[in-house]
Amino acid sequence: MSRRASYDGVVVTTPVTIPYVRFSIRAAHWWIGRALGELVKQSGIAKERIDGFCVSSFTLAPDTAIGLSEHLGLSTRWLDFIPLGGNCGVAGLRRAARAVQSGDAEIVACVAGDTNAIDSFRQGTSNFSRFARDAVYPIGAGGPNQSFAFLTDYYMRTYGAEPADFGKMCVAQRANALKIPWAMFKKPLTLEEYLASRMISDPVRLFDCVMPCAGAEGFLVMRREAAEAAGLRYARILSTIERHNAFQNDPVQFRGGWAVDRDELYGQAGVKPDDIDFVETYDDYPVINLLQFEDLGFCAKGEAPALVRANTLTVDGSFPFNTSGGQLSVGQAGAAGGMLGMVEAIRQLTRQTVGGQVPDAKLGLVCGFGMINYDRGLSSGAAILAGA
Amino acid sequence: MTAPLQKPKRKNPILRTRLPVPPPSARSRYALGLLRGAAQGRLELQVCRDCGTVQYPPREVCRRCLSDRLDWKPQAGDGELVSETLIRHSLELFFRERAPWRTGLVRLPGDVTVVAHVHSDVPRPPAKVRVRAHLDRAGQAVLVALPEHDTPNMADDRIMREMTCDPKFRKVLVTDGKTAVGQALVKALVNAGADPIWVGNAEPWKNFPGFDELKKIPQVTLLNLDVTDQRSVREIAGEVAGRVDIVINNAEVHRTYGISARYGTDAARAEMDVNYFGLLRLAQEFGPALKARGADGVNSAVAWVNLLSIYALSNYPPHGTFSASKAAAHSLAQCLRAEMRPTGVRVINVYPGPIDDEWNQLLLPPKLAPAGLATAIVNALKAGTEDVYPGDVAQDWLARWRENPKALELEAANP
Repeated sequence: MSRRASYDGVVVTTPVTIPYVRFSIRAAHWWIGRALGELVKQSGIAKERIDGFCVSSFTLAPDTAIGLSEHLGLSTRWLDFIPLGGNCGVAGLRRAARAVQSGDAEIVACVAGDTNAIDSFRQGTSNFSRFARDAVYPIGAGGPNQSFAFLTDYYMRTYGAEPADFGKMCVAQRANALKIPWAMFKKPLTLEEYLASRMISDPVRLFDCVMPCAGAEGFLVMRREAAEAAGLRYARILSTIERHNAFQNDPVQFRGGWAVDRDELYGQAGVKPDDIDFVETYDDYPVINLLQFEDLGFCAKGEAPALVRANTLTVDGSFPFNTSGGQLSVGQAGAAGGMLGMVEAIRQLTRQTVGGQVPDAKLGLVCGFGMINYDRGLSSGAAILAGA
Repeated sequence: MTAPLQKPKRKNPILRTRLPVPPPSARSRYALGLLRGAAQGRLELQVCRDCGTVQYPPREVCRRCLSDRLDWKPQAGDGELVSETLIRHSLELFFRERAPWRTGLVRLPGDVTVVAHVHSDVPRPPAKVRVRAHLDRAGQAVLVALPEHDTPNMADDRIMREMTCDPKFRKVLVTDGKTAVGQALVKALVNAGADPIWVGNAEPWKNFPGFDELKKIPQVTLLNLDVTDQRSVREIAGEVAGRVDIVINNAEVHRTYGISARYGTDAARAEMDVNYFGLLRLAQEFGPALKARGADGVNSAVAWVNLLSIYALSNYPPHGTFSASKAAAHSLAQCLRAEMRPTGVRVINVYPGPIDDEWNQLLLPPKLAPAGLATAIVNALKAGTEDVYPGDVAQDWLARWRENPKALELEAANP
């Protein structure tokens, strides 16, 4: 039995996205500032009432959340800066929820955003972490394509995944993304096109790679009463998990920290994987989707390829996932990639979707995965959200 | 299996020569621990003195017990390639120009996973490999996974060719052909596949022993090169500097005096003029051309070898002024290395103990045979190491110098 307190009474509202662009001449401050502005505008909650601020960004330097506070004229009594990349959505949500629940803050704005200038991806990759700089980047400078190719190569050989399995996910996500105006990829993708696409870092193909871009995502966390008073549609938080640097002795990453904590995730929520109506995985790269399906109990280890083959994966399918197209089709706006799934899940559960709506969506699972510090992603998280 | 390297075609002088760009060279200071072993061809990893944990990437403290008592210790490097990728799109120019580039994850004993360049003769994973520390074209230490057993032509692999300074099909200048070491070098280079070999001779009017034999070697061309004469160095550089891939500066003057055994500075000046200023003249005249050709295909300009002396590290008083001139050259060679490094041209410093020649007549054995020294130099080129301490005396001095330089100073005074 979990001894953790529930998140009763805390809700998440106001999903916002600042439309992505491939390259931007604006700084991260602009992207995050615009997202905060949208949160104020769409919620009708005055900026002065926001007393908690949770920020995630890779390109704010030399500033962090505190410098950004002054930049944006924001005075809060609770401030967090989360350096977890693709896990910042889940991590931000659970920290903000506890702050609200304890009364340390009333209204917390969670925002992730990054800019993308010419060459900033290379600069960020070359100096991403100390281990990356010392021991990975000098060996080919392939960036994330190289690191995830190692994982993909190992997974394919060990569990028999085929290129078409990855392709099926990419094709389904592309179909979901076609209605998202700010998606980087705007053309339909066929499995034939996927399989014919060139290798980037074998076995990773062109369409396995996300497109780096600039953008921002955000949402608000508050008590249910506050949301209702403001007339905001909201989703409830049933449970969350977070784990860092799990399975340190696995020779190659074939599982993430979710496998450690998933029983607690479902136990706290009081639901089973079968009850989940849709899943927002962290999809940089497709192989990581498979790890999440397995480690979060939708199938046994090694059986995700079969799960993919047995289901339709689009928003109207038998196993809807990454319902807005995910990073693979919408783009990876730095740390905002870690919040894209959370924002989409809130949209699904509050019936505010931009793209397709999962029919009768009541329960959504959102996953986070981040920080390939050396040879594996170190940070994992998940949250189960429910409609009002 | 690696196809044997074919003799490269003559370069088309009309085409632009690709300029050298180094691979990524930024490292944290602790990570440079790998460099010390790699410079001599050894794989060393951090080992915790308190709990024995081996770790990589380098850390400030032990990942298991958090002790900061970490030593870099030699490792066998036998491991397993567990995963691989062929990089076709790199973020860095160096690899973009050489794509596709094979890399992999290798598991070493002690739950250590390393990211390594992978030799093309290594089978698909899972495969047994030997991990070695090499210097790359940035002069930085990197890990390379070699096949479990040697394969034919393995030195001709594209990735190895970028790590080493193999003389095969490379054009070499040996600055002094009149000494036994110079002539042994020429023979060793011929055996290693170097072609052509230019050989310097400061006094062409004399017929030194061995010269007739040198002249019979088809790869050899003799040049009138006097490293004490700026004009001579400039003229020869004008003739061949744009084509030389490897410079081996073995010209030296060796007299056997300290300070009080010979009054005046004539002998010491002659030593400095060849051993120190000779290097400076050569570096100024040949350096720019070599640096411009650091990425000129499979037979690019690749190395600059300096024949120094183990007495460059700590003075050997019976040969005191010679030691001083070699110390000066050692220091200048560090400067040359700093200037060459960004271009991919490796400066290899060779620190022999006494060579078995006339000037070391009064020294007791062991002494280094000229052929042994030549082999050590060619092996360093093939292995891509950059600091070479050939022979027992050099190894002995190096160990004593590293352990306690003050003790060596005293011991050297009373040999």
